[in-house]
Amino acid sequence: MGDYYEQKDLADFANIGESSPELGKKYFDYYGEAMKPGALTEREKSLIALSVATTQKCCYCIDAYTNQCLSLGISQEEMMEAVHVGAAMVAGIVLAHSTQMRKIIKKKEM
Amino acid sequence: MIRHNLDVSTSFAQKLSVPLKARGIETLQLNVGSLCNLACKHCHVEAGPQRRERMTKKVMAQCLHIVQSHPISTIDITGGAPEMHADLPWLLQECAGLNRRLIVRTNAVILLERGYEYFIDLYARHNVEVIVSLPHLDAKTTDRQRGEGVFPRVIEALRRLNDRGYGQAESKRIVNLVHNPSGAYLPGSQAGLGNHYRQTLKEKHGVDFNQLFCITNMPIGRYLHYLHETDNYADYMNALIGAFNPLALEKAMCRTTLSVAWDGSLYDCDFNQMLGMTTNHGAPEHVSAFDFDKLSRREIVTGNHCYGCTAGAGSSCQGAVI
Repeated sequence: MGDYYEQKDLADFANIGESSPELGKKYFDYYGEAMKPGALTEREKSLIALSVATTQKCCYCIDAYTNQCLSLGISQEEMMEAVHVGAAMVAGIVLAHSTQMRKIIKKKEM
Repeated sequence: MIRHNLDVSTSFAQKLSVPLKARGIETLQLNVGSLCNLACKHCHVEAGPQRRERMTKKVMAQCLHIVQSHPISTIDITGGAPEMHADLPWLLQECAGLNRRLIVRTNAVILLERGYEYFIDLYARHNVEVIVSLPHLDAKTTDRQRGEGVFPRVIEALRRLNDRGYGQAESKRIVNLVHNPSGAYLPGSQAGLGNHYRQTLKEKHGVDFNQLFCITNMPIGRYLHYLHETDNYADYMNALIGAFNPLALEKAMCRTTLSVAWDGSLYDCDFNQMLGMTTNHGAPEHVSAFDFDKLSRREIVTGNHCYGCTAGAGSSCQGAVI
């Protein structure tokens, strides 16, 4: 993998707007608004983010949101439950797509 | 104690555009000794049952005279477990007579130990503000950090404090809790964690408290050893440096606090005390040479550990500063 996915690259995330500052600023403004406590608490939002991070296999996000969850006093059990929600969703989504397979089989088989 | 400066990419001194200076002495913090019935993994004092340093009555009397003679609003007593100092009851009585805000930092577990149970009533009688360490709401996590069986004993001590009016609405008796991370990461927002503590402690344990203070673990003492042993040192320091906040520096506790060690020597904070970095830059170094004017505008002695107090919302003995 060479230099891909180095842990220190996470710190560079703040610079993603360097080639397009306006879009970068809009993204970070949106990100900040979406993540701040609202009808959902910071804890709930962090667990959702952790679940998405693992299903999307983003090692930067997993690093950032595991630390964020620890900082918010979220227990290992709570974090693992959030990961299982993501895993169950992904498994369900894969299985739901077998509908296509079953439809084709039913059409093609005598 | 060993002086040391931490190896970091950007020194704390480089972050300071001008020397950091005190702007008064609002709090006199007395570390009465390192003896403790616990030996918590994060303890910057490295306190424990084997430690023997204890403040003499003479130094206590010097501190009382200092407070009596100057507009110092808060007396903050820490340790170790202050209750294990035989002269604490006397000190509390003398402090109470000075009519200042009086704080004792307790591990709470000691309040259930035989021979020490009377301290809850003593605290209540003198309206002592009690600060209790409770790093995590998960019993296993707290016990990993502070020792087996600590969590339920802290909960029981808090119940007894609640029974004496501590943490109750319309009561003057105040019990504040301290959260600090149980590992190599920074604390979350004090407001968010405070709400979570309040709701969980009430629902699961029927316990009330006044405020939650979030304190960043300082990279010194036992916690520094832990960071090195687990290969977390570089990441942790980078996290602290990356979160440096000039506003937190502006409100740093050392600017209004003076720390006194068991032997009467003076420090800008309890952390400098553990590193053996006494007050300097022309300010007196001992209670026997106390000079309010000089100490009120002294230059603070800093090191790279100071990043611990300036990260994010800042960290002090009263929690976040922003």
